[in-house]
Amino acid sequence: MDFLRQVSVIAAKDLRAELRTKEALNGSLAFALVILLLFAFAFDPTGDTTREISGGLLWIVFAFAGTLILNRSFARELPNDCLDALIAAPVSGAALFLGKAIANYLLLLAVESVSLPVFGIFYNMRWTAQLPELILVLLLGTWALTVIGTMTSALTVNIRLREVMLPMLTYPVLVPALMGAMQLTMALIAGTPINAENVMWLKMLIGFDLIYTAVSLVLVETVLVG
Amino acid sequence: MNAVAVDGVWKFYGDYPALRDIQLEAAGGACLALIGRNGAGKTTLLRILAGFSRPGRGQVRICGTAPRDTATRRRIGFIGHGISVYDELSAVENLTLFARLYGLPEPRKAAGEWLERTGLERVAGGLVREFSRGMRQRLAVARAFLHAPSVLLLDEPFTALDDRAIALLQRLLREALAEGKTIVMSTHQLREALELATHVALLNRGKVAFSGERTPQMAADSGFLYARYGEG
Repeated sequence: MDFLRQVSVIAAKDLRAELRTKEALNGSLAFALVILLLFAFAFDPTGDTTREISGGLLWIVFAFAGTLILNRSFARELPNDCLDALIAAPVSGAALFLGKAIANYLLLLAVESVSLPVFGIFYNMRWTAQLPELILVLLLGTWALTVIGTMTSALTVNIRLREVMLPMLTYPVLVPALMGAMQLTMALIAGTPINAENVMWLKMLIGFDLIYTAVSLVLVETVLVG
Repeated sequence: MNAVAVDGVWKFYGDYPALRDIQLEAAGGACLALIGRNGAGKTTLLRILAGFSRPGRGQVRICGTAPRDTATRRRIGFIGHGISVYDELSAVENLTLFARLYGLPEPRKAAGEWLERTGLERVAGGLVREFSRGMRQRLAVARAFLHAPSVLLLDEPFTALDDRAIALLQRLLREALAEGKTIVMSTHQLREALELATHVALLNRGKVAFSGERTPQMAADSGFLYARYGEG
């Protein structure tokens, strides 16, 4: 109970701070929309090939735009040495990590929920054909991005080039989850439901989320205190 | 049992030993002033005491337990170089946040009481980023004392404080000592520190050059220790 209370306090603090400044949220949203627009110019939105790779494009946008939010996660604690106060408080590293991850997750989902309809308009896609399944894939894929990104944010918080290091460390680890999310999103947007052929990607995505969440919760204390 | 016990602590940055075989103790109700020149290892030692980093060798005990134990962290109040409050939150939101993290029963009430004690009750709802430097410092003091810690770790607590914040901090530290709490503070402001200190430790290049009770001679001549035990 104490753990959950601490998680909710950390998540609420991060969300309140972000919603007051909207630094990361506005930047991430603007970035996502600009990339979607540029891709729409770069490829013929009505072409079949473009439709086939649209799921991949969507996740590339989410991953790139997401790093702007994830970069701020622990960097937000640096001014005034606030990270010291959090580490000094009787809060486990796992609660601190989970609270921050939940705040990042909600912010990423907010960006995605705006980007998705825009994507549908620019690329002339009927993305709502398999909506419940698509939402499931978005939730699972975004959690994978959140967990890896939040952990990398903690790892790179004291590095001067953290804005560069975060994507360099996040994307290689995230490849299996991104592949799964891309494959499933492409299928669902094309109107193909999750079936025996592509269900392994869903299982892989769930496994990825569970394993990396558990690993992060165990390791974060060592990452923060050394 | 000593409130603070440091036993054979070494800390390395790469191959460089920032702390070398530190042995120190502070009993309940004692105020230990850590003095020494820049780079002597004062901040490194305080960060290890606060549980922000682990020693390379040796061990630290706060009230008999390791600094990273959850119960120990409830006993420690820390003021570092930064004010450790959020610019995007208001004063009352900052204190309520930390009151919740420390598990205080009535977070809002505790926050309100400390805003009053630090003279910030009129700006309770104001964002910290709009505060003057002195107001921010008083809020930092309130954050450190909010959960009634029994061990106070203060890194250069008087540096850059305005007169009002210095007076407030000195009053709170005297009250804490009277209540039997333990204070370990690093400082360059020898006069302010030696007024409060019951014990003094001089660090010189990561080693304890002197450790003992504060004598009237030290209080009268703040340069005495440096002259006798080295500049560091």
